[in-house]
Amino acid sequence: MNLFLDAFAWLADPANWVGSGSIPQRLAEHLRYTGLAVLVASLIAVPLGWWIGHTGRGRELVVGLTGAARALPSFGLLFLFVMVAGVLQREPASVVVLMLLAVPPILAGAYAGFEVIDRRIIDAARAMGMTEWQILWKVEVPLGLPLLFGGLRSGVLQVVATAVLISYIGLGGLGYDIVQGIELRRFDQMLGSAILIIALALLLDAAFALLERWAVPRGVRAGRLPEPRTAPTGRRATAESPATTEREEKN
Amino acid sequence: MIEFRSISKRFDDGTLAVDDFSLVIPSRRITVLVGSSGSGKTTLLRMINRMVDATTGALEIDGENVSTIEPVQLRRRIGYVMQNSGLLPHRRVIDNIATVPRLNGVPKKQAHERALELMDTVGLDRELAERYPAQLSGGQQQRVGVARGLAVDPNILLMDEPFGAVDPIVRADLQQELLRLQRELDKTVVFVTHDIDEAFLLGHQVVILEKGGRIAQKGTPAEILANPASDFVASFVGADRGKRALSIQTIDGAQVLVDGDGNLAGRLVEAGPA
Repeated sequence: MNLFLDAFAWLADPANWVGSGSIPQRLAEHLRYTGLAVLVASLIAVPLGWWIGHTGRGRELVVGLTGAARALPSFGLLFLFVMVAGVLQREPASVVVLMLLAVPPILAGAYAGFEVIDRRIIDAARAMGMTEWQILWKVEVPLGLPLLFGGLRSGVLQVVATAVLISYIGLGGLGYDIVQGIELRRFDQMLGSAILIIALALLLDAAFALLERWAVPRGVRAGRLPEPRTAPTGRRATAESPATTEREEKN
Repeated sequence: MIEFRSISKRFDDGTLAVDDFSLVIPSRRITVLVGSSGSGKTTLLRMINRMVDATTGALEIDGENVSTIEPVQLRRRIGYVMQNSGLLPHRRVIDNIATVPRLNGVPKKQAHERALELMDTVGLDRELAERYPAQLSGGQQQRVGVARGLAVDPNILLMDEPFGAVDPIVRADLQQELLRLQRELDKTVVFVTHDIDEAFLLGHQVVILEKGGRIAQKGTPAEILANPASDFVASFVGADRGKRALSIQTIDGAQVLVDGDGNLAGRLVEAGPA
């Protein structure tokens, strides 16, 4: 318990919050690498996943990639890339490694979002005279968005957690304080920054969970309630209730 | 007028869905393609708006070969109503109905006004305009589907088992509604079903299909019932049994009709003016 108190004391110490190597700076570095990696991963995985989902071609690629990604040794990969690219290129090299981790879940999310849409909806859209672009943007993308955000969510978490490793190659981030803490045997610092990383991960997870919920189209959300009139209003029947009850068609 | 000329369709997997099919579908009438699954009826329907392209043969609409018309343009000129309505779940009823006019560049306000009129036409309360499809009953969704099919005021309305997924009472209601709509709006309707009763009720022309799109018989319901062309047709329409096989029995000097199951179907009276 003492250790935890020390860790929180370290976190609360104003000296750790200003200047070079301070917590805000490490946080900013951490977020920068995370953001960059997820952005690049999205630029690759979202169009590819949508293309696979729309055309139905290359499904095996998604399955294969998401399976293989679980076996990816991120630490080894990081060193390999830095060695191959050269120490001067370690920044792009680490972004590439983090990106590789984020691509499979985002790809799977983008693809699965399209895959779960009822084929008859797509068929009807086409039969009405929508072009393939219109089907993509007006039907598939809005209906597939929740699962895409789900994929982004797990991609971001993966990267935020793994970005701790980049401090080993001297690029800072929140992992820096852990690595430094190990060397200095500063347990309060190690635990404090670990708590910080966990908090950051939880925060991002919550943010994406909200985004996921927000992305569910209103009509689809409405479908989960049987009828608007059965939705509990929490207040007594008023003048508005008849207006919502008698609309049932007699059929 | 829609004309199928020696149409064949072989799918990529090698199955011959339609083999040398020819048919003329008259304008401003309801033509029903009826057959069991595998008869190619849906394939034939979907050739009209090029959702399926024929392998050989020609399909003409008012003398114009559809293969020369760009599919997207063609489809926007033809109404299409399918089973389970195929409505866009993330759009309100009014936006669903207005979809194609909006794609064609009609201003939103105008398209919405038209959509509200169409809701009247198909017997939907305007209050439902702001709802989402999932908030409607199956029958209501199907009406929205019909309204959407009519949105660009097409000459041709294609209907692919549109009432297949609703309960019998709602179906009967929707069938009557379709007959009324066709009378009022004078559309050419091509209707696909596997239900012979539905076919006889709706069709001015009924086309009974066997496997591979072979026409077993075509004609008015009366013609088919009076002279089934083959045992297949006779058994398909049930001319030899059940409620269509009526016989006369004399009871106390009056003639009554009894159906194939022995149930009393009615009383024989002098025919009124036809």
